[in-house]
Amino acid sequence: MTEANFESHVPAGPIEEKWDHHKFDVKLVNPANRRKFRVIVVGSGLAGASAAATLGELGYEVTMITFHDSPRRAHSIAAQGGINAAKNYRNDGDSVYRLFYDTVKGGDYRSREANVYRLAQLSVNIIDQCVAQGVPFAREYGGLLDNRSFGGAQVSRTFYARGQTGQQLLLGAYQALARQIHLGNVTLHERTEMLDLVIKDGKAVGVVTRNLVSGAVRSFSGHAVVLATGGYSNVFFLSTNAKNSNVTAIWRAHKRGAYLANPCFTQIHPTCIPASDDFQSKLTLMSESLRNDGQIWVPAQTDDPRSADQIPETERDYYLERRYPAFGNLVPRDVASRASKKEVDAGRGVGPLKNGVYLDLTGAISRLGRDVIDERYDNLMQMYERITGEDPYKQPMRIYPAVHYTMGGSWVDYNLMSNVPGLYVLGEANFSDHGANRLGASALMQGLADGYFVLPATIGDYLAPLLGSDPVPTDDPVFTQSEADVTDQVRQMLSVKGTRSVDWFHRELGKIMWEHCGMARSRESLEKALAEIPALREEFWRNVRVLGENESFNQSLEKAGRVADFLEFGELLCLDALQREESCGGHFRLEHQTEDGEAMRDDDNFSYVGAWEYKGADTAPELHKEPLEFEYAHPTQRSYK
Amino acid sequence: MKVTLNVWRQGGPSDSGAFQIYEVDDVSPDMSFLELFDVLNERLITKGEEPVAFDHDCREGICGSCSMMINGRAHGPERGTATCQLHMRKFEDGATITVEPWRAAAFPIIKDLCVDRSAFDRIIESGGYITAPTGTAQEANLTPVPKEVADAAMDAAACIGCGACVAACPNSAAQLFTAAKIEHLNLLPQGQPERWSRVVAMVDEMERFFGSCTNHGECESACPKEISIDFIALMNRDYIRAQFKQRRLTGQKS
Ligand SMILES: Cc1cc2nc3c(=O)[nH]c(=O)nc-3n(C[C@H](O)[C@H](O)[C@H](O)COP(=O)(O)OP(=O)(O)OC[C@H]3O[C@@H](n4cnc5c(N)ncnc54)[C@H](O)[C@@H]3O)c2cc1C
Ligand code: FES
Repeated sequence: MTEANFESHVPAGPIEEKWDHHKFDVKLVNPANRRKFRVIVVGSGLAGASAAATLGELGYEVTMITFHDSPRRAHSIAAQGGINAAKNYRNDGDSVYRLFYDTVKGGDYRSREANVYRLAQLSVNIIDQCVAQGVPFAREYGGLLDNRSFGGAQVSRTFYARGQTGQQLLLGAYQALARQIHLGNVTLHERTEMLDLVIKDGKAVGVVTRNLVSGAVRSFSGHAVVLATGGYSNVFFLSTNAKNSNVTAIWRAHKRGAYLANPCFTQIHPTCIPASDDFQSKLTLMSESLRNDGQIWVPAQTDDPRSADQIPETERDYYLERRYPAFGNLVPRDVASRASKKEVDAGRGVGPLKNGVYLDLTGAISRLGRDVIDERYDNLMQMYERITGEDPYKQPMRIYPAVHYTMGGSWVDYNLMSNVPGLYVLGEANFSDHGANRLGASALMQGLADGYFVLPATIGDYLAPLLGSDPVPTDDPVFTQSEADVTDQVRQMLSVKGTRSVDWFHRELGKIMWEHCGMARSRESLEKALAEIPALREEFWRNVRVLGENESFNQSLEKAGRVADFLEFGELLCLDALQREESCGGHFRLEHQTEDGEAMRDDDNFSYVGAWEYKGADTAPELHKEPLEFEYAHPTQRSYK
Repeated sequence: MKVTLNVWRQGGPSDSGAFQIYEVDDVSPDMSFLELFDVLNERLITKGEEPVAFDHDCREGICGSCSMMINGRAHGPERGTATCQLHMRKFEDGATITVEPWRAAAFPIIKDLCVDRSAFDRIIESGGYITAPTGTAQEANLTPVPKEVADAAMDAAACIGCGACVAACPNSAAQLFTAAKIEHLNLLPQGQPERWSRVVAMVDEMERFFGSCTNHGECESACPKEISIDFIALMNRDYIRAQFKQRRLTGQKS
């Protein structure tokens, strides 16, 4: 059944008309009938909260499930820098077409043109919507909206709310959601984790969850299931993602038949605070917006013992400005990250562990004054000071790349439906719009486009023909069987009673992933990872120690389930990286680079979306390819010189 | 460094709970306070004891999950800092540190240091939004907002909903949280149509759960986002005006 649904469903016609035509062509559910449909939304980040709120407004009966204690705490809250929109308020030559083009190019020609074009079109509506909700975006003295620039673009199209854009956008969506909860259109189940997708007759009909406080396993059934469960960066253990972000929802859906696309497309963010010791539990991002005013440099000589202020201008290497004069400090993330790695590997790293490069705002401070810098980045400066104990107003910040975002995810068609009918996947959890590399300030845009505008317009097409059918009752054998599977797995984890903690396994997995499948990958390193991960997984099931019980709040048990999934998923990620014999975007294969170390794409052989089908625990997964065609943005070697 | 932790342990909502003493050595001054708990938990697991439950997620002071009462102060000694942003370099070597959960009737303890803060969600649901269903918005720049107003709204909107204000208040009042949420919206032009109904609904809902404010000001000093107590004055002003407003005559229903 699933194979037949592996079809992008991109509508015909000129790219700028596809979405409008499509909205006209899809089936609709009339307002009076919408309350007869129950939709389950898992995840309350930007994508999930905006989708649930909008579906509630439209009149659908929505069940919202999140493992967080409040929808407002979803990982989206942490986004700092901003959100893109093709408003062209700066009169600097921006347009929907340019945002589309920049995004396809930034993604290194591995995304679907039609999806990206739609995203660029909807970007302008998002800003309107958020302003109407009261999102306090930064403004000019005349009262109109302010913008800044982000990497990979030569225009200023990023809207922001101090360094807390994600927080403000999420609060906007959360408040709209709260209103729907109040009106009774959305029912909220917090501290509830989805642990299985339930399928009947080939269609998604519900989910099985575990209540994190009581341990109770419970089924929810609906006419459609929407996963908006975020990214999987934490497979690397150390990342900029919130500690609880995980792959469980889309992984368990994968094991029930939903394809996973391009898992090897992971993004390393160039500007994070370098790790300081072995206790490090996560890495902290310093927003890319700092690259607007900051200059990146290292000492020109290796192992320079001097502090930054002792190194004269002539003995500094502003390597991004030198190597990429056109974009300078604003080259895309993948390019900036690899350039930093090259400097550190060559022994020009700075800081106590020599594991960073400088991001220097001191020039901008003397040029613009401390007030201006404060206004733009105050909370980031404070954050840096707290973590490192160093004052970034006096000495340059130290930064280094860290895992930050995952472009891969559940495969979805133009309607955001996976190959399993009735299962939709939104936001970072899907693979759809960013190709092999995401541009800064585009994840918030995608999450909100998916949730506010795309899903609400496309879901009717699937639901309309189901009018008159009730959701499958939760005492149906498909549900009870799945509940039994979930309960079994929980029992199994508790019964191992081994000697090593869940975190130990997570850290070990992270080391393997970062070492062998991080910023640079090779056949050799990937084959090592593919040998080490199954061994670690085997040890997990033999030797993990999960104390406590199922029937109460048990954070080790929660983590154990997530790490068990990472231990399976990590292998698929490496397998995907191995099959992709090219370098593109965030996926850099040492075997495939130009003479000056730039990524070398292979459009003849790899211009496709790699979508993996699960075939069972002991069988190799099968790769399906969705060919990518570029009618508008023609692939060229990306050049930011 | 070495520290002695005096940690509140409580198995569940109806258990009685007690302090437990743990000595933790090999503490790095660069460690965050939550990393200290990671290390403690690793060691407890090795010994076969259940780890300490505590809420956390972003670990960068924005999600509002972390919530520890440290030596009697919400989020510890440093101003404008959430627990996750507090680093061990702020403590003396050899220090004894007492760690408890937020204590307030409206925040029942779930386990150890975790509490249930869903009363905050109820306050937002009662009116903490602008009614603007998706699709109804006009072009964004048709609503100019004076920069000062946008900045003030943002100051209020910076609230992370952690509950430190409630935990720090001798009356367990939630005025600072509620005021920040109300005034973020009430200051903006987009928030005017629902201004009076919003403040009444949210204040009334708040009072169902929380104690009343007697102007101690502990909330402001505990707030990791340093949200000003002035917002409480604005909220009170709005609330009183809302009570007396001839809302029918000015086109606002009660
Ligand atoms: C530090 C940082 C800064 C960033 N800055 C920017 C920026 O400036 N601009 C930009 O565009 N992007 C930025 N990003 C990226 C962006 O924040 C994310 O990609 C985006 O917010 C993801 O939103 P989402 O709705 O898809 O998922 P999330 O916000 O991650 O939400 C996932 C939700 O799913 C729930 N969930 C997950 N699994 C389950 C399960 N099994 N059961 C129940 N619930 C589940 C969680 O509880 C949560 O509610 C940043 C990311 C980071 C890490
Ligand atoms: S863990 Fe998010 S604010 Fe502390």
